[in-house]
Amino acid sequence: MDTASLMTVFCWIASGFLALGMCAAFIRLLLGPSLPDRVVALDLLAAMAIGALVIVAVQTSQPILLDVALAIAIITFLGTVALAMSLERGVFK
Amino acid sequence: MITTIVVGSLLVLGTALMALAGIGVYRMPDLFTRMHASTKGASLGVAVLLLAAVLSFQDLSVGTKAALTTAFIFLTAPVAAHMLGRAAYAKNVPLWEKSIMDEGRGKIAPLPEDKTDQPS
Repeated sequence: MDTASLMTVFCWIASGFLALGMCAAFIRLLLGPSLPDRVVALDLLAAMAIGALVIVAVQTSQPILLDVALAIAIITFLGTVALAMSLERGVFK
Repeated sequence: MITTIVVGSLLVLGTALMALAGIGVYRMPDLFTRMHASTKGASLGVAVLLLAAVLSFQDLSVGTKAALTTAFIFLTAPVAAHMLGRAAYAKNVPLWEKSIMDEGRGKIAPLPEDKTDQPS
């Protein structure tokens, strides 16, 4: 087995693991009994989006996608902090 | 060949950690144990995946960006989790019924007979 097809096999296995985790986190996003549960699930889904971007970047040799991963990390942090602050101040009743 | 095997193994390891975080978020009984599963698993999984990207590209700019992203995630994930957990605890999100300790009750969160703040 040559190098490229071995890399493809590894990337498919990694994508399968990531899809499993995304399904579980999305079920928690749908079920989640309270709002903070859904925020935790969204945070985890954004981290998994970063992981998917890194996998695609490695598979297609496009290092520009790592910039997108950094941008997603920053935006996710801001969103989580904003939701936590508005939750603590009682915006959502 | 060796590089491919190492990069692929790191990719599978990182996504397995993230899948564990997802299964933990789905299976854990209350909000705080869910956060315990999600924050650590997700940040370590992203770090391992970025290490795989660094070994795959072997480029200085990719290494700098990966180090920056890893440092950012390791600095901000605990901050976000702490703020969210504190807000949820102050808003009386229920704990697991088998919890044996609740030390912030009366300090951060209202006492049990104070029923004015219900979780949203």
